[in-house]
Amino acid sequence: MTRPSLTAACSAVLRRDLTLAWRRRGDIAMPVLYALIVATLFPFALGPEDTLLQRIAGGVVLVTVLLAMLLALDAMFRSDIEDGSLEQLVVAPQPLALMLGMKILAHWLTTALPLIVISPLLAGMLHLPNPVIPVLMLALLLATPLLSLLGAVLVALTAGTRRSGMLLALMLLPLCVPVVIFAAGAVAAAQQGLPWLAPIAWLGAGLVLALVLAPLACAIALRIALDA
Amino acid sequence: MAKWIPLWVHKLGSPPIFYRFAGAVRPWAIAIAIVLAALALYGGLVLAPADYQQGDAYRIIFIHVPSAWMSLFIYFVMALASFIALVWRVKLAEVIAMESAPIGAAFTFVTLVTGSLWGKPMWGTWWTWDARLTSELVLLFLYLGVIGLYHAFEDRRQGARAAAFLAIIGVINVPIVHFSVNWWNTLHQGSTVRLLGPSKMVGSMLWPLLTMMAATKFYYVASLFGRARTDLLAMESGKDWVRQIAESEARP
Repeated sequence: MTRPSLTAACSAVLRRDLTLAWRRRGDIAMPVLYALIVATLFPFALGPEDTLLQRIAGGVVLVTVLLAMLLALDAMFRSDIEDGSLEQLVVAPQPLALMLGMKILAHWLTTALPLIVISPLLAGMLHLPNPVIPVLMLALLLATPLLSLLGAVLVALTAGTRRSGMLLALMLLPLCVPVVIFAAGAVAAAQQGLPWLAPIAWLGAGLVLALVLAPLACAIALRIALDA
Repeated sequence: MAKWIPLWVHKLGSPPIFYRFAGAVRPWAIAIAIVLAALALYGGLVLAPADYQQGDAYRIIFIHVPSAWMSLFIYFVMALASFIALVWRVKLAEVIAMESAPIGAAFTFVTLVTGSLWGKPMWGTWWTWDARLTSELVLLFLYLGVIGLYHAFEDRRQGARAAAFLAIIGVINVPIVHFSVNWWNTLHQGSTVRLLGPSKMVGSMLWPLLTMMAATKFYYVASLFGRARTDLLAMESGKDWVRQIAESEARP
């Protein structure tokens, strides 16, 4: 039996996950809709003054995107566990970490990317000044993959349990505190006209570290949770 | 194999031997903890002079600071036991790690409560988004996450291994959180008691603090051993040695 090459296996996993997501396009829209609803509720709760909204806009968009991602995180491996394809991936000859990395990438493409695309709209609704929006998008572009990677490890840990929604939020909170601090720090600095490169660089450093370590940790966690 | 490790260390890893050992140590640990805590409280609340700035309100540190030390110490014990549990699959290490978590969470909670009680007269607020307070709160969430994950699994050993992995992730996360929130915002005073170099604290205040620290350590040992014994009985309920204990206790 000849083994398919690593690249072929990676692209097969990626294509499969993207196709599955595309067949259920409604699910992709859910986090976006959720983020829109949350961002709409803030002005109602806090009052429509421009100055107040401007001051909190960056943070609100960040937290909204984070919550929307948390909502979708739960489903990352669920259908694969139910139909047993995750176990097939575990016993496959290809390195599990790499395959899971592809699944995380597919998940990021289908949940986080739409959120990043609509983030200027959310920011605009909350009157974030236009020059800050590129910084916000850059921060999101670095922060969301970081959250996907960290979240994937935790999702893998809870793979063997039934109720995991609230537990996942509890476990993710300590991990996402630094991410939120640096991402919001960059946006706040840009808003005040200060240099914002340092927190972005920290986020980038964290992302590089997570890119290397998180898929490996995810693979270990999955083996523990599935007791394989 | 490593010959330098004495044999009794290996033997302690066996549940029945540890059960007996923990049963023998526990009363002593409780007794020492109570005596030391009473001594420390007397020294701290009665003998130590009032602070020239904070008056009597500072005396809460005799609870607050040892609890804060314990909250970190227990986390590292838990992470170390988790590492041993994952690498060598020692059943006892799983039990130690998982039974440490509620004790550590309790100490973290005590730290937060006493801190905010002290913060009200001193800083004028119960809670402030200061770096150390936030780190401690995050630590509490880490503990709760470990406890929650452990109980989410039906199979206890599997749950223990999953939660052990989470504890190890947390140990990497604690310094990152600490430095990032430090960079973010800080109000808490720097450390007064140091391992290296002279402490910035007068002796009559320092000794009750250190005594209380020893008391909390002994309390931790006693509480941990009590919990571990119960857990071992439940986990090994089908085994011979548990049945022997049950039979000998059932006999009049």
